[in-house]
Order: sequence, then structure tokens, then C-alpha cells
Amino acid sequence: MTVQLILFFILAIVAVLTAVGMLVSKNAVYAALYLILNFAAVAVFYLLLNAPFLAVAQVTVYAGAIMVLFLFVIMLLGAEKLGQSQVQAWQRPLAIGLGLILAAEMVYILVSGAGGLVVASQGTTINPDFGSPANVGMELFTKYLLPFEVTSVLLLVAIVGAIVMTRVEKK
Amino acid sequence: MVPVMYYVILSAILFIIGALGVLIRRNAIVVFMSIELMLNAANLAFVAFARQYAATSGQLFVFFVMTVAAAEVAVGLALIVAIFKTKASINVDQINTLKG
Amino acid sequence: MLLSEATNAGGNFSLVPLVVFFPLIGLLLNIIFGGRLGEKAIGWLASLASGLAFGVAVLLGISLIGSHGAGVTVPFLDWITIGSLHLQWAFRVDTLSVTMMLVVGGVGTLIHIYAIGYMHEDVRHNGDPGRYRRFFVFFNLFIAAMMVLVSADNYLMLFVGWEGVGLCSYLLIGFWYDKGKDGIGNAIAGKKAFITNRIGDFGFLVASFLMFKFFQPLAEGGVFSFDFDSVAAIAPKVASPVILAITLFMLLGVAGKSAQLPLFVWLPDAMAGPTPVSALIHAATMVTAGVYLVARSFAIYSLVPAAQNWVAIVGGVTALFAATIAVAQFDIKKVLAYSTISQLGFMVAAVGMGAFVAGMFHLVTHAFFKALLFLSAGSVIQGMEHGHHAVEHDPLLRRKMKQNERLGSTHHFDPQDMRNMGGLRHRMKTTYWVYLAGALALAGIVPWAGFWSKDEILAEALHLNPAVYWLLTIAAFFTAFYMGRQVIMVFFGEPRSEPAAQAHENPPIMTVPLVILALLSTFGGFLNLPFIHTFTHWIEYTIHPAAEAAEAGAEAAAHAGPWYMWGGLNLIVAGLSTLLALIAIALAWMIYTRRVEALKSLPAARRPDDPLRSMLGPVFTGMEHKWWVDELYEFLIIKPYVAISRFLAEVIDWKFWHDFFHDTIIAGGYRGLAWIFANPIDLGVIDGIANGLAEGVRGLAAQARRIQTGFVRNYALSVFVGVVLIISYLVFQLR
Repeated sequence: MTVQLILFFILAIVAVLTAVGMLVSKNAVYAALYLILNFAAVAVFYLLLNAPFLAVAQVTVYAGAIMVLFLFVIMLLGAEKLGQSQVQAWQRPLAIGLGLILAAEMVYILVSGAGGLVVASQGTTINPDFGSPANVGMELFTKYLLPFEVTSVLLLVAIVGAIVMTRVEKK
Repeated sequence: MVPVMYYVILSAILFIIGALGVLIRRNAIVVFMSIELMLNAANLAFVAFARQYAATSGQLFVFFVMTVAAAEVAVGLALIVAIFKTKASINVDQINTLKG
Repeated sequence: MLLSEATNAGGNFSLVPLVVFFPLIGLLLNIIFGGRLGEKAIGWLASLASGLAFGVAVLLGISLIGSHGAGVTVPFLDWITIGSLHLQWAFRVDTLSVTMMLVVGGVGTLIHIYAIGYMHEDVRHNGDPGRYRRFFVFFNLFIAAMMVLVSADNYLMLFVGWEGVGLCSYLLIGFWYDKGKDGIGNAIAGKKAFITNRIGDFGFLVASFLMFKFFQPLAEGGVFSFDFDSVAAIAPKVASPVILAITLFMLLGVAGKSAQLPLFVWLPDAMAGPTPVSALIHAATMVTAGVYLVARSFAIYSLVPAAQNWVAIVGGVTALFAATIAVAQFDIKKVLAYSTISQLGFMVAAVGMGAFVAGMFHLVTHAFFKALLFLSAGSVIQGMEHGHHAVEHDPLLRRKMKQNERLGSTHHFDPQDMRNMGGLRHRMKTTYWVYLAGALALAGIVPWAGFWSKDEILAEALHLNPAVYWLLTIAAFFTAFYMGRQVIMVFFGEPRSEPAAQAHENPPIMTVPLVILALLSTFGGFLNLPFIHTFTHWIEYTIHPAAEAAEAGAEAAAHAGPWYMWGGLNLIVAGLSTLLALIAIALAWMIYTRRVEALKSLPAARRPDDPLRSMLGPVFTGMEHKWWVDELYEFLIIKPYVAISRFLAEVIDWKFWHDFFHDTIIAGGYRGLAWIFANPIDLGVIDGIANGLAEGVRGLAAQARRIQTGFVRNYALSVFVGVVLIISYLVFQLR
């Protein structure tokens, strides 16, 4: 067992546990905190997968900006907890059952390699600078320049939309 | 070196947990967070496959997904705030105005 | 008969359509422009139209003299051509028709002129001057229709005129349709005349149908045209029972139009019309149409002696019957009306016996003196009305009148009641003299017109049908009596009412035509003097076959007969009738002057209104009530008819057809069927299907709607289910 593998398993357990924790925690603030932890674990996976730029972006954008925004809204609305009202009582078991079926199916597909979905169990050799910020940036501003610009427009629209939606109508 | 298969399986597990969160939780904000979790799971799969095939494009897709997720969160939370203003609740089980 | 086409005859013959068109133009002008013309202009325009028609008739007469009596047929236009029927609108000009035209045009014109003055008063007296124009329009229409009648060349064209004059008669009897008993008396009188005439017209029509049925196959080329010549030519070839039927049905028409038994009842009521109408239509012209028809049909009547006999008997009985009624009438116009019926009886009897010339002669002279008598009576009536008017506006006279009034008639003064008259000869001199002339002519006193014509009929009757001779002789006696009674009651003695005492003469526009007619009545008989026989020869150009024998006999008698035959005049007959007339007049004089004087000693309450009443008792009552013929008809015909009508209307039509058949069976059945269709079928089945479909869809939708919970989690779940299913599919597919 290599160090990496050990690290992976530990982090995988953390990731799954935090995800489950988010799923079951009654308090929305707790859920947000679990999710931050989860995102952090995933960021470490990115490092392990030779994606340092994404790992940093994950921490700053996801675990930082987005989750802060979540927490801010939760606090703003004071809606950490909801009363008991099982209107759709049948939904939960059904959803869990379906989730289990889906998980089983996925595992089956991945393990059996049906449909040509071959997942190599051994990593391929790569350039040492694979996933470096320089490479990613080069790719982004050359090959994916147009999507990048479109993304900026998308963000602008999102900003405008958010402002319009939350703005108080003046009588 | 951790096999890519592990990452993909982890990704699948996280995705299903996220999906269950969407289906089970009644708090609109938590539902949203579950969606983020699902996106994250997808991102993890992207990065894992990018590593396997040594393709930077996979990482760039994750980058775009993050941007879209950010935009989505901004708009989505604005919606939740707006709904809360009128309904004084973010319980999705209390919002069925579109009932047929 | 030497009839030739107009094209190769004298030019004057082609003028004949004008006798119809002049009155038509006159009435059209009066209809269109009459509203802007004054009364005088309207009256003179109408008179001029009639006078021009008369002028044309005179020209035609001169042309006939020029052509030695040879008549012509003037085709005007084709009327109806259907298969074997070919009717022409053709005018016939021969001595018979021209005689009628002259009478209609001449007497008509005089009466038109008279009416200018008479109607001027009449419309004011009746309170509607606006009807002045209408009167003359109707009058001209009558002249036109009568001219069509007499100038027709075939039976159907004659029938058009026949109906046209009937219409005018109806219109003019009901001229004051809002007056009379209960405000509808005149309208009822008009209706009675019309309906009675329709019964006669039915006879005429049936005769025409029979004629077509039996004459058409024998007609030349199989095309029958109803014209008199072809009828006369075919008639001998037709079986005599058919001819008998035709003539008897035609007799029914004659009885209707010429007021013979049993259809005479309309004529007395027709006096509801203004007096010029009575004079022109109901005395001088229209009512003689029946006589004209028989004379015109002499060819077929001559073939069946039985029919002739019937006609003669009808005429004779009517003559006597009506004469007796005339004796006991008090209305000055009613006396003349029954007199007219009686005299028409003379004419019908004459033409029935085959004495067509004598009948036509009497028709002409009667037109003169009866028109004169009616117009004079109108003059008397209007004089009385003037007197009444004067009394009404003088309180002193009014009181006097109330005191002297006969019992029982204090409320309404009747200017036509002879009991209110008397002594008018001093106040209305012209009227008196002309009336006297007319009365003498009617009574048959030498040398007035009536004597010559009536005597000719009597002489022929003695020769042809003795029974009818006696009927007519007695009728002549009564005629003289009632005319004497009338003249004495109206003009002699003392005025029996204040209006009579105040009456005065009418203006010249009325008296001048009277004088002319009086002259005609006096000298009209000279048309056919013994030895000369102008009129006989004139008519015989047209009518000869039947009269031939009789006239030949008379001619022979004139030259070589016994001592009493003097130039075609039977001195015994003439003497007897004159003697009877004189006796009757003397009797009337005795009764109505002496006897009345004698009765004056009685108190007013017990004094009879007519001395004859106390002398004859119930007989007088019978005569006064017209022998209850109207009541008899009422009882025998009208009551049962009304009862049957009522039964048909109320029971058969209303109860059975309406209530039972239509309402119950048809409407009820329909309603029931409709109910079945509406309720069980439409509401039940059809609506059930439609509503069931709708309910089914609605129920399905309600179920389907439940899918749309509105909960976003449910939607997410359904997406998730989809994902799971797709993945499952892939799993099984890719295995």
C-alpha cells in the first residue's frame, strides 16, 4: 500500500461520511459545514490527480465563496431548521430504494466494463507539468477562449438576475 | 498511484448521495447544497478521467462547471430569498403553487 | 246575318273600341287628376267621357244605316288561346248592340249630368264631400263595363262586362257603406246584391261550361271561340237536352242580373245606392243585361220551346208578383224598384216568348221612362231634404212639424217616405210635370212611350202564349194603379209634413236632363209606330230567325188581318190595356183623394196611413211585406245555410279538424313524438353519451391531475426514476 492509496482511502471515507452527514443533518448550518469539509476532501483528490489549479479553485470558489454565500443566506433567512411536516412520507423510502438500485447498477457497469467503458486500474504516464496552471491557462485562453468569454457573460447575467430577483419593489 | 477506478466509484457514491439529498431533504437550501455535491461528484469524475487520458480538456471542463455552478448558486439563492419573502418559508413541501 | 270584317267595312265601325275606352280614359283622368279638379270639373269630365262614348255609338248607328243594317265584328286583340279554345277580344257592331250602346251612352250621359247636381247635394247631406270623385269614377267604370257587355262578340267577353257591371253595382249600392241601418245597412244591401248575382253568375258559368263541353267538338277545326255566330251555327247540331240545360242555366243568370223570380230580392235593397245609381244601373241599363243576353242568344233559345216557355213564365209571374208588391210600398224608390222588377218581367217574358223585338223595344222605352222616374224621385227626395233643412233651421216650423207628425215616426224624418209628402206639384213644378210624363209612360197611356212597347209585348203574348198574356195584362193594371197612387201621394193633396210644405225645386243641372228624358219618354214610342215599324226593321237586321214567323204573321195581319189589326197594332189588346190602365188610375184617384178625405174625420190615432190598408186588410199587409219572400228565403235558405255553415265551422272545422284532428292527433302526436325525442332520446341517450364522455374525460383528467402535485421533489423523483430506468436499460442492453 502506497502512501497515496492510504491517503485516498482516508479521504474517501471522509468524503463519504461528510456527504452522508450533509444528507442527514437536521441543521442546515451543519449541512453547509459538512459540505465544506467534503469540498476540501475533493480538493485534495484533485491534487492527487495532478490538478493543482483546480484544487486551489475548488477551495477558493467552492469551499470559500459559494459555501459562504450559502451560510450567509441560511443565516439571513433564519431557516436553519424546519418543522416536522412529512407531507410526502412515501418519497423518502422510495428515493433511498432507487438510489441503492442506481448505485448497484453503476458499480456493476464500472466493474464489468460493459459497453466499452474501460477504466484503467493503472494510471498512465504523464508529463510532469500536466495540469499545471501554465498549461491550463494556455489551453483556456487559446483553445477554449470563446467558451471562457461566454462564461463571463453567463456570470454577468447571473449577477443581474440575482439583483433583479432580490430587489425590493418600490411602491 | 491510486487507480482511476476508485475515483470513479467514489464519484458515483457521492453523486448518489447528492441525488438522495435532492430527493429527501425538504430544506430548499440543503437541496441546493445537494446539487452542488452532485456537481462536485461529476467534477471528480472529470478530473479522474483527465488524469487517465492525460487530457487537459477534462480539467477545463471542471473549470467551466465551477463557473456555471457559481452562477447557478447566485441565481438559485436569489430565488430562494424571493420565495421566502412571499411564503415566509423555504420548505419545498409547502410550495406547490403549480399543483394541477 | 251579313257580318263582315271591319277592314272591308266603313271606317266608322273601327271606332267601336272607343265606346269602352272613352269612359276608361275618363275614369283614369279622374283618378289621377281628380284630386286637383273641382267638383264641377270632375262631373263634367265624367259626363264628357260618357257623352263621347254616346257620340261614337251614334256614329256607329249612322254607319249601320249606311250599310243597311249589316253589322261587323271588329277584332281588337287575341285574348286566350289554349288548345281547342281560342278567345278573341272582339267588338260586335250590329243593330242590337248599337241599340244598347245608344241607350247606355245616351241615358248614361243624361244621368251623369244629372248626378253633377244631385251628388253635389248628396255628398254634403251625407257628410263626406270627398266621395264625389269616387262616385264619378265608379260611374265611368260602370259605363265602360256595360259597353264591354253590350259590344262583346262572345259569351266570355260578355261575361267580363257582366261581372264588371256587377262589381260597379256592388260598389255603388254600398257607396255610403257606413250609412244605413246600424251603420252597415248599405253595406249589407251591396253584399246581398253581389251574392244574389253570384248565384245567377253560377248559372251563366255552368251554361258556358256546357257550351264548351258540347259545342267545342262540333266547332269548325275543333277550335271553339264562344262567339255568337259560331254558337248559333253549331247549336242546331247539338242534342236538344243540352241546349235546354244551357238555356235554363242561362235563365238563372238572367234571373240574377235582371232581378227575376226567384232572385229578385236584391234589387229593392239596391235602392240604398244614390238615386242616379238606381236610375242608371238598377233601372235603365244593367238590369236589362239579362234581357239583352236572351235576345243575343235568340239562336239557341229558338231551338228549345220549353226553355222559351220557362223564360216567359218566369217573366210573366215576376211582372205580376212585383207589381202587387209595388202597390203597398211607401218608400218612393221602393215603389219604383218593384216597378222595375215588374217591367223587367215584361221584357223577359217577351224575349222568352220569342218576341225579341218587342222585348228590346220595351227595354229602350223603359230605360227612358224609368230613368226619368228615378231621377225625378231623386229630385223629389232632394226637394224634401231641402224642406227638412229649412224646417230644422226654423224653430217655429220645427215645433209645428212635431205637432203634425204622424205617430211612430217622430224621431227620424225619412225624405223618401211618401206618407211624408203630398202637394208637391205646387212647390216642384218641373219635377211634377216630368214625373207625370214618366208615370203615364209607365202606366201605358197613349201616346207615351210605354204604351207602344208594352202593347207590342201584350199583342205578341196573346199570339204566342195566352197565359202569359193574362199575367202581363193584370200586371199592367197594377202598374197603372201603383203609379197613380204614387203620383197622387207625392204630388197631390195637402202636404202631410212640414218639410213637404217647405220643399223647393232643384237647379237646372238636374231638371234639364229630366226634361230631356221626359221628352224621350213621351215620344220614344214613335220609334216603332204602326205601319212604319222603324225599330222592328232595325233590330231584325240582327235578330230574325225566331221572330220571323211571328213578325211575318203580324205583317201579314197588318195588311190582310181582321178588322182589329191596324198597321200591326192589335186594337183589341191596345184598347183593353188602355182601358184597364185608365180604370186603375181612376181607382187610385178615388181611393187616394176621396177616401183620404173621408178618413180625415177619424181621429189621427186610428186613421190608417194608407186607405187601401183598411180596404184590403191582410192582403195589403202581405203586399207591404213583399209577400214575405225575404223572410221565406231567410227561413228556407239563409237560416239553414248559416246553421250548416256554423256547424261546419264550429263543429267540423273547429271541433273536429282544429281541436281534434290538428290539435289532438297531429299536434298532440307530434308533441308526444317530440317529447320522446326530447326527453328519453335526446336528454337520456344522446346527452348521456355526451355527458358520459365528458365525465369520463373529466374523471381521467382528475386522476391524471394528481400527478401534478406541484412539489418540486416529486418532479425530481420522477426524473430520478427515469434515470434509473435508462441506466437499467443500458445495463441489460450492454450485458
